Amino acid sequence: MGKSVLLIEDEPNIIEAISFILSRDGWSVATHSNGHDAVGVVVGSRPDIVILDVMLPGKTGYEILRELREVEGLVDLPVLMLTAKGQVKDREMAERAGASRFMTKPFSNSEVLEAVRDLVTG
Amino acid sequence: MGTLNMLVLVCLVYVAFLFLVAFAAERAAIRGKGGWLRSPIVYTLSLSIYCTAWTFYGAVGYAARSGLEYLTIYIGPSLVMVGWWWVLRKLVRIGRTQRVTSIADLISSRYGKSNLLAVGVTVLAVIGTTPYIALQLQSVTVSFAVFSDVYDASAPLGEQESNALLVAAGLALFTIIFGTRNLDVNERHHGVVMAIAVEAVVKLFALLAVGVFVVWGIGGGVGDILQRIDASKIGTWQIEGDRWATLIFLSAAAFLCLPRMFQVLVVENDSEDHLRTASWAFPAYLMVMSLFVVPIAVVGLDLLPAGSNPDFFVLTVPLATGNNSLAMLSFLGGFSSATSMVIVAALALSTMVSNHIVMPIWLNSNFGGATVSGDVRHVVLLSRRISIGAVVTLGYLYYRMSGGGTALASIGLISFAGVAQFLPVLIGGIFWRGATRLGAFAGLTVGFVIWAYALLLPSFGTGTLVSEALLAQGPLGIGWLRPQAFFGITGMDPLVHAIFWSILLNALAFFLVSLGGFPSPVERLQGAQFVNVFEHSGTPQGWSGDLVQSEDLMIMAQRILGAREAQGLFEREAKRQGMGGVLPEPSPDFLQVLERELSGSVGVATAHAMVEQIVGGASVSVEDLMAVADETAQIMEHSSQLEAKSQELSRTARQLRQANDKLTQISSQKDAFLSQVSHELRTPMTSIRAFSEILRDTDRLSAAEQTKYSTIIHDEALRLTRLLDDLLDLSVLESGQVSLNVQTGKLDGLLDHAIATALTGSGQDSLRIRRTRGHKQALLRTDLDRLSQVFINLIGNAQKYCDAENPELRIEVSQSNGQVTVDFIDNGHGISKKDQAVIFEKFARAGVQRASGAGLGLAICREIMTRLGGTVSYLPGQGGAAFRVVLADQDQLAAQ
Repeated sequence: MGKSVLLIEDEPNIIEAISFILSRDGWSVATHSNGHDAVGVVVGSRPDIVILDVMLPGKTGYEILRELREVEGLVDLPVLMLTAKGQVKDREMAERAGASRFMTKPFSNSEVLEAVRDLVTG
Repeated sequence: MGTLNMLVLVCLVYVAFLFLVAFAAERAAIRGKGGWLRSPIVYTLSLSIYCTAWTFYGAVGYAARSGLEYLTIYIGPSLVMVGWWWVLRKLVRIGRTQRVTSIADLISSRYGKSNLLAVGVTVLAVIGTTPYIALQLQSVTVSFAVFSDVYDASAPLGEQESNALLVAAGLALFTIIFGTRNLDVNERHHGVVMAIAVEAVVKLFALLAVGVFVVWGIGGGVGDILQRIDASKIGTWQIEGDRWATLIFLSAAAFLCLPRMFQVLVVENDSEDHLRTASWAFPAYLMVMSLFVVPIAVVGLDLLPAGSNPDFFVLTVPLATGNNSLAMLSFLGGFSSATSMVIVAALALSTMVSNHIVMPIWLNSNFGGATVSGDVRHVVLLSRRISIGAVVTLGYLYYRMSGGGTALASIGLISFAGVAQFLPVLIGGIFWRGATRLGAFAGLTVGFVIWAYALLLPSFGTGTLVSEALLAQGPLGIGWLRPQAFFGITGMDPLVHAIFWSILLNALAFFLVSLGGFPSPVERLQGAQFVNVFEHSGTPQGWSGDLVQSEDLMIMAQRILGAREAQGLFEREAKRQGMGGVLPEPSPDFLQVLERELSGSVGVATAHAMVEQIVGGASVSVEDLMAVADETAQIMEHSSQLEAKSQELSRTARQLRQANDKLTQISSQKDAFLSQVSHELRTPMTSIRAFSEILRDTDRLSAAEQTKYSTIIHDEALRLTRLLDDLLDLSVLESGQVSLNVQTGKLDGLLDHAIATALTGSGQDSLRIRRTRGHKQALLRTDLDRLSQVFINLIGNAQKYCDAENPELRIEVSQSNGQVTVDFIDNGHGISKKDQAVIFEKFARAGVQRASGAGLGLAICREIMTRLGGTVSYLPGQGGAAFRVVLADQDQLAAQ
């Protein structure tokens, strides 16, 4: 059985694309598309890695990440942040919030795949 | 019988004429041509409703019975008018600054805006006025009977009653039509005032005509008449000092306190300057009215058989000498006196009943609080109309029950004595800061109980309501409580006795209870405002509204004042505060203005209660009380200077804060804009890139998958295009380089087209459109395509975001002052206050739902409207989401 990914993203087409890429690589992909209860979903499902969008309805990705890092046992959970805002300060904010890696949209499929593999094994 | 038919005809023509006068005056006032309506002469003439049928017919009877005593009834009001500087000016100033609608309103407003007090005054006023209305009905029907020549005290009661009913119905109708045409915030009724002014001229002319006829037609000129007076018993009547003094006091008090007099003196007053003219003109009018009273009485006593009713000499003298047309003129004079009194009394009482009894009950019982939406003006008007009907009906019933027996003058005096009980509370309220609500209650109660016990009940005749034994020995044999001899003091005239004791004990109770208690904060403030009305009109504050939702106030105000007026008021106030938009800050000043506006429609106490309901309890701050307490002249001056300075400073500070906010906002908006553009462009590009890589790199994709993924790429490419189009559109509009394609077209057609375009491709029932008809013929001269773009966007938004179960969009077009306004109001949950502030910004989307747009639609709409010289804005307080498009003035060519 492959490792599990939780994808938190609200744009349906992007969800579809990432799910397609990862499941073909043998990952089991779960998705969630709003910010309100994202933390609860992560805590409940304990995925091996979380892919987290920044602009989410209800709560930003930064806020979610900050809360996740405070949950016991999730300090080292690999989190790949995706953002469509490519400015330097966005990257800084992601690092401060505790992102394992940061990636700007649009991404190439292979980059995403590589990053996910890296984060889980490394 | 021919005379009688003729009489009915003349009556009808006269009434029709009055309707016409009232109608013309209303029209002139609406068109703004009513300058002459507000002349001091019209004001003076309207005061002549003091001279009712009692004065017209009864004064002669009074003179025939009691000699010159009738003059007291004229002397009292004349003194009040001559001394206008002292009391009347103050009353009028208070009435205007406080937007007082009636005497009950004034008293309740002074004593802490207590509605209970208003209810009490209203009930007492109704009790005191009903016999008087009955009296007027009686005088009209009896004068009819005098004409029909079959008059004797008992016979044709059936016919009299049907006459009275007709007259009552006619008067109620007139009052309803012209007294409640609209809910004027100033409570002025130009039609009614003009009609009674005309009636004032008619009655004066009629009485003079009869007088001239008597002196020079029947008698042999002035010398002869003087001889006759000397010869008759009128010439030998003694003046009783106590009775004279009492009656002069009584008529002066009644002149101030009668609800109908208060209506014309204070409520309908247009300018304080009118008092200056009226102060000599009204006494002059009264003098002319009384000039021929004695001659008519003397000649009547000589000419007519002993035992004829002297109350109707004005009619019977011309009739007995066969002068029918003069008699008819005299009849019209009496008719005028009676009708004008009933009309104004019904108007004044109905305002009181409606404002202080019906509306508070309705507002409390129906639909909970004040913030429920929906216009209540129709309820106010309806309740006024019903109240008018009820007041007149009450008068009619009293007339039926009393049988019309008592002499006219005595009913009049009893009524006067009843309303005179308001005097201590009224005068005390405007001259004495220490007067309290409890004192007012005590005084009024004591006064009215004594009045009823010593004067009203005995007036029904010994043995009916008051037994002979009670009158002779007092209740339960307690001698000092005999109704006409309190404390065992006998030998006083019953009327003098009742007035003396009721007013004395009334004033005493009022004074002592006031001294014994402390006024509440609101009473203190109001007391200061009333007593010192000339020193600081409109300074003290009543509200501290930091926590208030302006929007709730708006909703409430719309119900009472009507949507347009309320929005206009709020916008004006917002502008005065130096703010943009529709909602002003709920500053104490603004709340005070709002309360005053509302009180013009529903009375002070109700308006206060409604604002309080929204603002919450703490209505008087410590500073307010300090301001009232420390008010030696210097401190007041000093603090008002400081206040002015600090107001100026805080205004400047607010403006600076706003400017600063704006700058910070703009700078962060610029950042946010770039970041947003980036986000909006990158999102579709992400999908496009990911799926094109999938298509390129993946083997063995099914045909269905291939189609699906290329469709996604295609859709996202379209989304990108749309976004770029919008961005370009916006930047062209913002840079002002847009060229407008100005055309002429009809608003109606434009809306049709916009609705059709916006709803294309959606199900029929996705959004129901309701359009109000009327005004749609407006011709526009503007860039029709751009305007249409705005409409389509607004309709499309309603379609996308309206969250009601059965979504519905109301499109309302209206025109005022040549400005066309189009409102789009849906029935969803509306837009939250936080979002309202940003929806017109670029990339702003209300709520969490992700819809197809990039959030540029409203920003584009706003830019377009700015280019077209109009505005589009959010209209708060409508229930659902509501947008208002205002078209530029010059856009409108003509409206049919």
